[in-house]
Amino acid sequence: MDILELLKLSINALKVNKMRSILTMLGVIIGVFAVIVLVSMGSGLKKYITDQISGLGSNLIFVIPGQVGGSRTPGGQQTNKLTINDARRLDTKLKAIADVGPVVQKPSTIKYKNKTDKQVSVLGTTSNYPDIVINAGTTRGVYFNLSQEKSGAHVTVIGKTVQERLFGDGNPIGEKISVEGKKYTIIGVMKKRGALFGIDQDNAIVIPINAATRQFGVDKVNAIYLAAKRPELVELVKKQARQALLQRLTEDDFTLQTQEQTLNTIGSVIGALTIALGGIAAISLLVGGIGVMNIMLVSVTERTKEIGLRKALGAKRSDILSQFIFEAIMLSVTGGVIGIILGLGVSVLLSQVFLSEVTPWSVFLAFLFSVAVGLIFGIAPAYRASRLSAIEALRYE
Amino acid sequence: MKKQPVIILTDITKDYASEDMVTRVLHEISFRVNVGEFVAITGPSGSGKSTLLHIIGLLDLATSGTYFLHEKDVTKLTEDQQASVRNNEIGFVFQSFNLLQKANVLDNVVLPAIYAGTGKAVRETKGRTLLEKVGLADHLLKRPNQLSGGQQQRVAIARALMNDPSIILADEPTGNLDTTSGRDVMEILKSLHKEGKTIVVITHDASIANQAERIVKLRDGRIV
Ligand SMILES: Nc1ncnc2c1ncn2[C@@H]1O[C@H](COP(=O)(O)OP(=O)(O)O)[C@@H](O)[C@H]1O
Ligand SMILES: [Mg+2]
Repeated sequence: MDILELLKLSINALKVNKMRSILTMLGVIIGVFAVIVLVSMGSGLKKYITDQISGLGSNLIFVIPGQVGGSRTPGGQQTNKLTINDARRLDTKLKAIADVGPVVQKPSTIKYKNKTDKQVSVLGTTSNYPDIVINAGTTRGVYFNLSQEKSGAHVTVIGKTVQERLFGDGNPIGEKISVEGKKYTIIGVMKKRGALFGIDQDNAIVIPINAATRQFGVDKVNAIYLAAKRPELVELVKKQARQALLQRLTEDDFTLQTQEQTLNTIGSVIGALTIALGGIAAISLLVGGIGVMNIMLVSVTERTKEIGLRKALGAKRSDILSQFIFEAIMLSVTGGVIGIILGLGVSVLLSQVFLSEVTPWSVFLAFLFSVAVGLIFGIAPAYRASRLSAIEALRYE
Repeated sequence: MKKQPVIILTDITKDYASEDMVTRVLHEISFRVNVGEFVAITGPSGSGKSTLLHIIGLLDLATSGTYFLHEKDVTKLTEDQQASVRNNEIGFVFQSFNLLQKANVLDNVVLPAIYAGTGKAVRETKGRTLLEKVGLADHLLKRPNQLSGGQQQRVAIARALMNDPSIILADEPTGNLDTTSGRDVMEILKSLHKEGKTIVVITHDASIANQAERIVKLRDGRIV
């Protein structure tokens, strides 16, 4: 039997029981819809985080205290052995191939005249920070220079949020703010940097690292950023940094992670999450498939006499088999296409307000899945139909 | 013209097995039909007429015995080969018409051609010609239930002729019809016989049986 004839047959069969067909499709529609929306949300989340991290700067390597995934909490203050001196040694060793930027960070209370801003992230770092981290330059004023960094001058570059909150539209340059009681002169305002993992990067001020160590009484750093001068130097920087750090520390004391590794780690976590969500959605597709199978079994029983007649007139087993499999596929694919259209629509709408990115592969996969559902769940009923004896089927009332 | 047998049944038996017993409904039936012959099978209800016709038409298998159709041993065929014989060499007409209610008259008639792989244009032209021949040219797109019993049986005959089979098997084709419609159907069968088709008709109506060239009587699964 040719495809066109099968198509006509299956469409007619589905039209005969419209309501039943629609209800059966609904199971597939919901399954496909859920797969597409959840996978789109997963990809959206992944893209968002990837963009955020890439926004920190390319060629970037992080040195953080402790061992990620080890027994100690990474960055835990009690166990933090990464000091400002380690950063200095790295700077000397890697001068030719990388910029080195240690970071000391502490949430603090900031005051300006009678205004108070609590929980501002105070970042002590080096003067080359804007060369290391993308988008950390100033929109107004200047960054502190090397001599201010060395002397630990009480100067600061403030974030956009801090500026807006303490000064509104006014010019903050030259004003003095106090950080936990110590006065700092504002010399610049940073570009707007947005949020990273939901944390406002602009609710921060930057001060020279030597001022920070003195202010907070620490010699430990929260991280050291290494920016390779060229992408192909990343691995070399990583290798030499490890050697340099191991002169004083052990493998357990620090973690060296390239931007790529960070992206891979986060990517695989979100990827697993997406697959898990997609898998849950796929279960509803499975339920939809069982619905298809159920209705096809009913249909075969109802149409026993028709099957007998077709066989009496010369239909081969394969003709009956393909007729019913085609009908099941038609049922699930129609549902699949409707589910895809709905899923795409909702994903596109969602992407306006939330992280959602339509991935072609999920659409393709959902389509393939619905064909497979029709095929797999259509086989048993169709096989049953094809095995009926012509004469017994014909006598069936 | 030398008479050539087209159907040769030898010692055909048919048993139906239920849970506790085996019932033999056909006892060593030997029976021939020649090319172009018009045979009526008669006998009381339950005597095995339909069973015999189903075996002749390869709808059912004999429990034992041999069956040669067109000089081929058809008991040895695979299921698909049997389907192909039913499709090409035999036209069935049933007492209860057996039309697909969900399909129109033309689609019902062309059904055997679909399974023969005939193209759409060719089979529909053929279908129209056949429906014209049985006097239903104006009813192509009607549903079977919009037609009278006599008309429905004529649709069924057109369908039986679709793939130009040489043999027509009819199981009480007039059984569900009034006298006039029954007579029309018999006229069509007789004209098909004149065209050279081999025809086997089951009936328990003597006046219909008498229109055949030869009458075979069955009683309790035996030819008498
Ligand atoms: N599928 C079946 N299972 C068991 N017995 C059957 C079956 N089909 C027919 N029979 C029996 O076989 C006998 C012959 O039936 P049938 O050929 O239909 O007779 P007829 O057509 O002459 O009335 C009857 O006794 C009937 O009950
Ligand atoms: Mg009968």
